[in-house]
This record gives sequence, structure tokens and C-alpha cells, in this order.
Amino acid sequence: MTGLERWRRWALVGPPFLWLLLFFLLPLGIVAAISLSQATDTIPPYAPLVVHGPSGFETAATLGNYRLVVEGDFHPYFNSLIYAAAATALCLLIGYPLALAIARAPKSWRNLLLFLVVLPFWTSLLIRVYAWIAILQPTGLINRVLQGLGLTHAPLMLIYNDFAVVLGLVYGYLPFMVLPLYGSLSSMDEALVEAAADLGGSPARVFRAVVLPLSLPGVAAGALLVFIPAIGEFVIPDLLGGPSTLMLGTLLWQEFFAEVDWPAASAVAMVLVALVTAPVLLAQRLSERPV
Amino acid sequence: MSRITLVRAAALAFGFGFLYLPLALLVAYSFNASRLVAVWGGWSLHWYGELARDAKFRDAALTSVEIAVIAATLALALGTGAGLAMARVARFPGRAVFGFLLLAPLVVPEVILGLSLLLLFVASQAWFGWPASRGVATVTIAHATFAACFVAVLVRAQLAGFDRSLEEAALDLGATPGRVLWQVTLPGIRAALVSGWLLAFTLSFDDLVVASFVSGPSATTLPMAVYSSVRLGVTPEVNALATAFISGVAILVGLAFALIARQERQRRQAWA
Repeated sequence: MTGLERWRRWALVGPPFLWLLLFFLLPLGIVAAISLSQATDTIPPYAPLVVHGPSGFETAATLGNYRLVVEGDFHPYFNSLIYAAAATALCLLIGYPLALAIARAPKSWRNLLLFLVVLPFWTSLLIRVYAWIAILQPTGLINRVLQGLGLTHAPLMLIYNDFAVVLGLVYGYLPFMVLPLYGSLSSMDEALVEAAADLGGSPARVFRAVVLPLSLPGVAAGALLVFIPAIGEFVIPDLLGGPSTLMLGTLLWQEFFAEVDWPAASAVAMVLVALVTAPVLLAQRLSERPV
Repeated sequence: MSRITLVRAAALAFGFGFLYLPLALLVAYSFNASRLVAVWGGWSLHWYGELARDAKFRDAALTSVEIAVIAATLALALGTGAGLAMARVARFPGRAVFGFLLLAPLVVPEVILGLSLLLLFVASQAWFGWPASRGVATVTIAHATFAACFVAVLVRAQLAGFDRSLEEAALDLGATPGRVLWQVTLPGIRAALVSGWLLAFTLSFDDLVVASFVSGPSATTLPMAVYSSVRLGVTPEVNALATAFISGVAILVGLAFALIARQERQRRQAWA
């Protein structure tokens, strides 16, 4: 390879590589370091990790922030996992029939229908969550309709609970489930489906024996695309949830902004990184497994 | 196979009803004369007038546009370079690490991106005195970082389907590699570049979480302004703002989709 080619190659790779090292990897390293530090009342509110004491340099690292994370209230961790899992299951339940119907719609419709699935994703999540507040709140649309019809006398509590959080997660992340499902359903060889039907399989049997197994890669991809961002979500549990529906994203936000405890927020961040990495590694392992 | 049966129509109606009814209600109530959100008081453009007079939202919108334009342009440059490198340079030192760094920001939660960048800016201020204060510049850097990874994914995907023999033919005919890049490769992945810039712009314009961490008192973005007024309760003025926003997005994204679809059709016709 000539020197000029090498120069050109680094002109391409160099800037984004340096940028990501500086503005992604290094900051994560700082979070890891500060998660071992002690909270103080100074600016910035954490103690230096290495101090110059009477006997030379000493480390002041502590695992105390993680102990707080473990000994403290567990429910943000359970909430994050359970809400994310419930939202994934419900997205699959709503998204699968939708993706199948789009994949089987006349060809000229498909692009428009897909466009309509993606469009909400382009409008801000904040606005989409806000739309639900007006519907669910005690003076909101559902309660007014129920009371207007005389079905209920007092407003039902539909918001600031786990129902509203899971509903918000499903609403926010449904497009992520439909797209990969559509991908695997529309690229399926239709001759297989027709052959199974010609051989006398009932529609339910054809679905169970042919369509569903062939769409499993799409199911797995969609589940990951919903589950992973849902675990660390902040806006949805913050606006639709209450004190009992704290998730890890809201916990981190509270530790940082309300408690001004940067080391504790950093420790939560490290746990969250671990929770998000596990499903990614699992998916990688599964996709590399010989079939 | 390709037809609409009753069951399929029901699945479509339920899915799209779920996706669009809340937005439709939001839009309808922005034209409501009543101050109470769920009480219909007749049609009115009152709240759009209020919105137009509200300096807080106007300033925030201008700040957001400024940040999103610069961040999307920066992300396009970085992400295109990264996508080209991953798709066209088979071996370079640190390729595996680079590939990981390009994908990781897509799965790391926003709260962590925001927290980690803020801690970086605070530490760098203590050591080097930069950035002297946080605001437009720090938010722009943060947005360009994660948006670049999305651009890289789009560029890489389109390069995978791009006929490489065109580049080789241009090289054989004596074009310099730089000229091939500018006159063959980049025009060939135009759709990815356009949609990449638009996606980066939207990601930046929509972001609340990262900006809340890395911004300072000098810069409030539109989502930050909306968030603080939503925390105080639902107001028809926010409905008007949301309606304006949804219409803007629908028009922009619709145009982009139509453009890309037309390009696809022309290419298919050219091959046929």
C-alpha cells in the first residue's frame, strides 16, 4: 500500500474514530470513574479519586455508591425490566397482525402503509406522550366520556400508574416492532405458504407451521428494538408514571437533578449499561449460532 | 394472496387507529376555543395566536433549529466517512473497536449519553477551561455524536447494495480516488445522504433528555421549553405547537419519501 493510499484511508476513518473516542468512550470512562467516587457538597459535587496525602498519592475510590444501589429500593430495577418486557409482549401482539396485514396488502398500498407506520416515529416522543396525558388524566377524554354515559361516577385513575407507563411504552415503540416484522414477513417465499395451503393445511395450521417459524428472526429483532430502549426510557415514565413506577432512567435523572448526587447517578448508569448490554450480547450469540 | 380480507382490515384499522387517534385528538383540541383541554368550546384559532406571540417558544424554536442544522451537517460528514470506511476499507487498525463505537450509541440509553457527556464537559472545563459555559455548542456536539451513528448505518446499508463495478470502471478510466468518491460513490448513495441528514436533524430537534443534561442556562431548546410547560399541565397552546410540529414533520418526511420513491422508479426504468 502506498503512503498516499494510507493517508487517504485515515482521512476517512480518522475524524469519526477520534470523535467517538473523545465524545463517547472517554465520557463513559469518566462515568465509570465517578461511580467510584464520593459525593460532596463542592462544585462539581464529587471527590477526586486520587488524593495527595501525607504518604504520597492515595486512592479514595469506594464501592459505596453501588452498595446504595443494591441496598436501596430495588423496585426501579424490577420496574424497568417488567415494564420493558410487558411493552415488548404487547407490541408483538398488536404489531404482528398489523405487519402481516401490510405484508399481504396489495403491492401499491404497502409503501404508503409502511410510511404511515414510520411517520409517528419522526414526530417527537414528547408530543406523542403529551397526547396521552389529555386522554388519560382524571379530567381527560376517557373519564369525561365514561361519566357522560353514566358508566362511572368518579373519575377512574388511568394515569400516573403502571398501566399508563406500559401503554406509553407500547405507543412509543410500536413502529420499531412493526418494521422488522414486516421485513421478514414480506421477504417470505409465498410459494411455501401456498404449498402448505394446497396440501390441505387449515389457515391456522399454515400460520403455526410455516409463517410463524419463518418470521422468528423478525420477532427477535423487533423484540430487541423495543426492549432495549424501553429499559432506559425517561420521558414516558416521567410524564405518565408516578412515584411507584420509577424506572432506571427516571431514577438516574432524580439522583442527578434533584439529589445532585453525581456518583450515585453514575452508579445507576453503570448498572443500566450492564442491563442493556446483556440482551445485545445474547442476540449476537444467537445470530452467530449455526442453524 | 395480496388482498384485503376482513381480518386484515380489522388488524389495519386497530393498528393505525391506535397510532393515529391520540394525534388526531391532539390536533382537534388545538382548535378548541375552551381553555379546558377536554371540554369542547367551539372552533377557534385563538391558541395559534397565543403561540405566535409567545417569545419563550419562539426563541426556543430558533435555538433548536440552529443546533439541529449544525449537528445534522456535522453528523452527515462524520457518519458518511464512518459508513464509507466500514463498507469500503476492509482492514485498518482498530476496525473492530470502531465498529463497536458506531453501534453502541444506538443502544445506550439517552440518560447515559447525556450524563456521560456532561461529566466530560465538566471535567474538561476544570482541566482546560473549555467549554467556558454550556449551551448551544455543547448540545450540538452531543447531538452530532449519536446522530452520526444513525447516518453511518444508513450509508453502510446503501453502500452494501451499490454496484461496485461502477467505482472500479471509473478508476480504470483514470479517475483519481477522490474524484470517484465525489462523482460516482456519493451521488450513488444520494438517497442515504438525504434521509441521513433529515434523520439527524429530527433526532436533534426532538431530543429532550441529552440536551437537558448538557445545556446551560443560556440555551433552552424547544423540547426543553415544551417539557417544562407540560410538567405544569396540559394547555391548548402546547396543542397548537404540537400540531404545527406534526404538520411540519409530515410535510418534510412525505416530501423525502416521495423523492426517494421517484428516484427508485427512475433507476428501475433506466435498468429496464
